[in-house]
Amino acid sequence: MSENGIGKSVKRREDKRFITGKGKYTDDVRMENQAYAAFVRSPHAHAKVTGIDGAAALAEEGVIAVLTGPELVGDGIGNIITGWAITSKDGTPMKVGAWSALATDTVRYVGDAVAVVIAETRQGARNAAELVEVSYDELPAVARGDRALQPGAPMLHDCAPDNMIFDWEIGDEAATDAALASAATVVELELENNRLAPNPMEPRSAVAIYDEAEEHYTLYTTSQNPHVARLVLSAFYQVAPEHKLRVIAPDVGGGFGSKIYIYPEEIVCLWASMKTGRSVKWTSDRNEAFMTDAHGRDHVTKAKMGFDAEGHITGFKVDTIANLGAYCSLFATATPTYLYATLLSGQYNMPAIYGNVKAAYTNTVPVDAYRGAGRPEATYLVERMMTTAARQMGMDETELRRRNFIQSFPHQTPVIMCYDAGDFGGNLDKGMAAADVAGFPARKAEAASRGKLRGLGYSCYIEACGIAPSKAVGSLGAGVGLWESAEVRVNPVGTIEILTGSHSHGQGHETTFAQIVAEKFDLPIESISIVHGDTDKVQFGMGTYGSRSGAVGMSAIVKAMDKVEAKVKKIAAHQLEAAEDDIVIEGGQVKVAGTDKALGWHEIGLAAYTAHNLPDGMEPGLKETAFYDPANFTFPAGTYICEVEVDPETGVTEIVQFTAADDFGTIINPMIVEGQVHGGVAQGIGQALLEQVVYDEDGQLLTGSYMDYCMPRADDVPFYTIEHNKTVCPGNPLGMKGCGEAGAIGTPPAVINAITDAIGTNELSMPATPLKVWQAIQKTRAPMAAE
Amino acid sequence: MYPTKYHRPASLAEALQLLADNEDAKLLAGGQTLLPTMKQHLAAPEAVIDLSASGLSGISNGGTMVTIGAMTTHAEVATSADIAAVVPVLNGVAAGIGDPAVRHRGTIGGSISNNDPSADYPAALVGLDAKIVTNARELAADDFFDGMFATALEEGEIVTQVRVVAPKRAAYVKFPNPASRYAMVGVMVAETANGVRVAITGAGEDGVFRHEGLEEALSANFSPESVDGVAVGADGLLTDMHATAEYRAHLIKVMAKRAVAAC
Repeated sequence: MSENGIGKSVKRREDKRFITGKGKYTDDVRMENQAYAAFVRSPHAHAKVTGIDGAAALAEEGVIAVLTGPELVGDGIGNIITGWAITSKDGTPMKVGAWSALATDTVRYVGDAVAVVIAETRQGARNAAELVEVSYDELPAVARGDRALQPGAPMLHDCAPDNMIFDWEIGDEAATDAALASAATVVELELENNRLAPNPMEPRSAVAIYDEAEEHYTLYTTSQNPHVARLVLSAFYQVAPEHKLRVIAPDVGGGFGSKIYIYPEEIVCLWASMKTGRSVKWTSDRNEAFMTDAHGRDHVTKAKMGFDAEGHITGFKVDTIANLGAYCSLFATATPTYLYATLLSGQYNMPAIYGNVKAAYTNTVPVDAYRGAGRPEATYLVERMMTTAARQMGMDETELRRRNFIQSFPHQTPVIMCYDAGDFGGNLDKGMAAADVAGFPARKAEAASRGKLRGLGYSCYIEACGIAPSKAVGSLGAGVGLWESAEVRVNPVGTIEILTGSHSHGQGHETTFAQIVAEKFDLPIESISIVHGDTDKVQFGMGTYGSRSGAVGMSAIVKAMDKVEAKVKKIAAHQLEAAEDDIVIEGGQVKVAGTDKALGWHEIGLAAYTAHNLPDGMEPGLKETAFYDPANFTFPAGTYICEVEVDPETGVTEIVQFTAADDFGTIINPMIVEGQVHGGVAQGIGQALLEQVVYDEDGQLLTGSYMDYCMPRADDVPFYTIEHNKTVCPGNPLGMKGCGEAGAIGTPPAVINAITDAIGTNELSMPATPLKVWQAIQKTRAPMAAE
Repeated sequence: MYPTKYHRPASLAEALQLLADNEDAKLLAGGQTLLPTMKQHLAAPEAVIDLSASGLSGISNGGTMVTIGAMTTHAEVATSADIAAVVPVLNGVAAGIGDPAVRHRGTIGGSISNNDPSADYPAALVGLDAKIVTNARELAADDFFDGMFATALEEGEIVTQVRVVAPKRAAYVKFPNPASRYAMVGVMVAETANGVRVAITGAGEDGVFRHEGLEEALSANFSPESVDGVAVGADGLLTDMHATAEYRAHLIKVMAKRAVAAC
């Protein structure tokens, strides 16, 4: 067993360069002939562009070019695509409005790019961008998804006269209606899932380099999936054929989904580098990030859940309006459908489910997948519903959950997913023990003596990760396969390079991926390196999102390692004159079991490359590739328990205790997993208490900086209690489920359920700011309120 | 496109001359508002006159009164033993402004001349009945602050000092905006030689203001319970996405009560 193998909290090998300032990010790339791009952006939420005059900008010293949408279209650069086709319940395809990287005649959100200025300096480009005169005819705008679908709302795209992108359904409506009609109790709930800005620490950035002699492009960019970026830039935007385009995503400082997509700026930088013959760099500032990074969530939902007299769920009916913003972003259409409504069964036996999702265009920045992507929205709905139902029926909420927990696996839900493994009762037990639920009444009484309202909230989440079988997602409308690839290169000296299509933007792959190799070949972790993020180095890859790098990316490495192992054993058996089955790899040696016959690991590497003494017919070399396509989604699940104290005088909520009991299957590095949970829970607390993107009715962004958009700070979050349960995932070789998004998925309902427990009402929306909590408290006291 | 001439006068006289000579000049007194505004191109003065070398910083203790130079940083006020000896409440006010970086650049003169409606110093100085000294005159704090981002300063006039007489007792309690952490409601309660004063920042449509009802009630009986009977109306208070006028009115009472209790 390697001392740095599976299950060991190996310190992150990449952190040396990060904490000493030696990381290499896109903005650190400096080319000799580098120029800078600055975008001219619409100040209006909705307007016709009637003219663009770049003369004044072009007259400024150091300005190289002012480029516009019509030129971009004229050069054959294609419109921005969405990668998942959704079919409405009436059988019609979704309505995708044209989205040009630079607007041609209409702008549809504040920040929509109209023109780009290329100049010798960054400041020069930005100053000149202010001199580009754009004439607009303002149009009426709509910012809320539900309002956009009302008759008479301003129309964004001709192809969708009612702003409806799709009207999609899942499940059995008739059976669900029947179940609700005959239910002993029907619980109704209306809620909103607040719109969030992703806010990775590193803003988006691109450096585009055009080599005129080779007609070749290189793009350094902040991407979670450089190969997908190359594929889309090449196949759909016609920037360059794939073999003439190299995409490099170097160190990337966080993404949370927002760096999956190929944005207008990257396309424009590539095109501009060809137009100007200069390398072109653009780096977003924080204000641009608020305006242009794809936002997350933004659902409005009405739901009904039916129960029989014993509290068993009989049916669940959900109507959701998803605001997708001004255009359909790359995975925007999958998020509120197949990543959301397929999880409406939660951890519970539900005989009938029906979900209807209407997606709306609005004059806001596009909304796409953000940490959790659909599953936080499902979990928030299901878990607030369970708590509300328990209160309405006068039942203990843990007992109601237990009564409905799925107990046997595999379990086919009515909404596509087939859960493969889990121990939901065990998760709840572990969480309740760690949170000392038994001691809560005493703590509540003590808090009351200090004038504070103490509450306890639960969330029993389940999510689907590791997406997923390519055939399955293809049948549901996905435009890509969702496998992963790996190459394992054993060098002649025995060191190993792993080339992976997964991408690390904070997850610690250089550590965890090396751990599984160290474990497999019993080698020191120092002899293993991980290569990712460069389409010229790595064979191919689908990238990192949906908590898939462990369950899918590492599985590909395992498959490639299996091939290497088989060849190593063949070489050793040949040279040591033993049977392959007797060969074991341990302690840096390849041995014949039970004898003292052995070769050093490095000797096998050398033998493979000298090829002086290989078995007859064996090819030289020792490197193997595998493409791994998962057999199923994976299903991380857990219980989160949040304990809060509310100050009834001010409405301020303090999270005094937070317990996460997760089942992630096999864990490679407990320290890194714990860090993922900490970060995810902090983001979940951010959504529950602090964060919200606000547009006014005219589509102006009111939360355009940290002065108004409230990110969680260290003093907003508590110390966490982290517990693990373990049911092995049967679907992949390591038994992993994924941990990257669980915190953001499971946390919000636990926090809100705790606050509503404390203040004695079910009516509270996210973010539960002091203002809203105080207002909710006033409502509970309404009959007596004299002020 | 945005040329700015930077000046760093070595005396107040030189600063005043520069201000007189440059029509479109801005004083730089820490730059915690001016510089971000310039970076965003929301301000583009032709000249910036940095007061940091013009001899306007420093704290002196006159026994029952402290004099604080206009260019004294929040960090210096927060940690000053002279202030602790005379008006300790001001140490806490300054320690609660912004973050350490802001406190080491921002100055008392810069803050009050800017008169941000959510800033802490305006409430503190009005509540403490402080005097604002300029190159030309001395003003009561009551007369200095003149609505949102507006003061009684004339063209070419520079704040040089702030004078504060020791109150009998005083406390400042604020409720921060969750995002910016500026005061959403900040209440200074002080019992001074001239009576009880209650000054409120962050809440009013016209910036800092005094609340007569609270002052009368506390003059009659300086206790937290006295606040209960006072009606604080929402008229004239700010409403934004973080707080309604009604909520701000409520918070004024809660913060006032807590300030009285802390006195």
